[in-house]
Amino acid sequence: MLNFLQMLGGKTLARVEAFGRSGQLLVHSLIAKPTPVKMFPLLIKQLHFVGVLSLIIIVVSGLFIGMVLGLQGYTILVDYGSEQAVGQMVALSLVRELAPVVTALLFAGRAGSAVTAEIGLMKATEQLASYEMIGVDPLRRIVAPRLWAGFISLPILTAVFAVVGIWGGSLVAVDWLGIYPGSFWANMQASVSFGDDVLNGVIKSLVFGFVVIWIAVFQGYDCVPTSDGISQATTRTVVYASLAVLGLDFVLTAMMFGEI
Amino acid sequence: MRNSTIEIGVGAFMLAGVIALLVLAINVSGLSLSQQSGGYKVYARFDNIGGLTGRAKVSLSGVTIGEVSAIRIDPKRLMAEVEMQIYDGVNYLSVDSSAQILTAGLLGEQYIGITPGFESDVLKEGSFIQDTQSALVLEDLVGKFLFDKVSK
Repeated sequence: MLNFLQMLGGKTLARVEAFGRSGQLLVHSLIAKPTPVKMFPLLIKQLHFVGVLSLIIIVVSGLFIGMVLGLQGYTILVDYGSEQAVGQMVALSLVRELAPVVTALLFAGRAGSAVTAEIGLMKATEQLASYEMIGVDPLRRIVAPRLWAGFISLPILTAVFAVVGIWGGSLVAVDWLGIYPGSFWANMQASVSFGDDVLNGVIKSLVFGFVVIWIAVFQGYDCVPTSDGISQATTRTVVYASLAVLGLDFVLTAMMFGEI
Repeated sequence: MRNSTIEIGVGAFMLAGVIALLVLAINVSGLSLSQQSGGYKVYARFDNIGGLTGRAKVSLSGVTIGEVSAIRIDPKRLMAEVEMQIYDGVNYLSVDSSAQILTAGLLGEQYIGITPGFESDVLKEGSFIQDTQSALVLEDLVGKFLFDKVSK
């Protein structure tokens, strides 16, 4: 019994400690004297790695998800004789939910795991320690550009995902299934509002980007510096980031659309 | 050279994000900055507004000429008072126009349909539409129908 209590307490303390360390990491790497001349090339490099190289998977999955939505929506809505509403169905579900969530999940798998493995390996090969040795703060040099890059690129990827998905939906619905394009787009424009739907989607993606890249960077920075530890940290990044995204999505949706 | 290709890629990426957001704003949500602001307010009282909500459209012969800007209860008459924002260019609605609450399609949203009248005076800022017709509530309709059957 006492052993169990001790185990429980130890686990809880370890969790809280990890939370504290991740908060410290965030504060120390983001709040400092800005040095744009040194930071900018590093940021560009990370934006390229985290954002530009993720574009292909985002575009392809956005296209297919939009096409599937168009097809599924059509087969259901045609029973009620309201197949013109497929435009607003595709657009609303993409802009409000699917684009932010699926992009964040893909981003966690594609970029988050890579960031964790990279930083973890730097730690294992003592590159982080040598940075400190020569008087360069690894939080500023390694962690901060990656945090900013993830924070900036996920909203962009989300917007690209939504646009490509809607285009895919219109491809299926208008070009293949023969819905009149005027009613497809007009229904969509009448029901999607910029302030309520598009901006809320952007806010969601900002939150997700922040959370995913924070988890990824922290897991890398905090991992046990062995090959085993790096593999565990990479797994944890994907699992924790996915769970956090899905859980936060519910909370954000309840706050934005649930009228609580 | 390698460095500049990376920079070009990142620049294109940023540009793609801005363009995607613009497409979402203009093409998908139909945001137009020109039409929103102007206009004048016209009021109408209804016995029952059914499922009418704010931002529902106000239409004349099927063409949108404004939107519902507020809905409240008139405490003296105990009726719903609907405030409509009519676009600026629409200055030809005569004072004896009537307002109905209609439903788009079988299951669609509710909107206000204006039927023009014959007077030469036109509706202005703050004027009331006198002749109104409430929303069709299905339960009332069924109730009336049953009552007619029973009383026969």
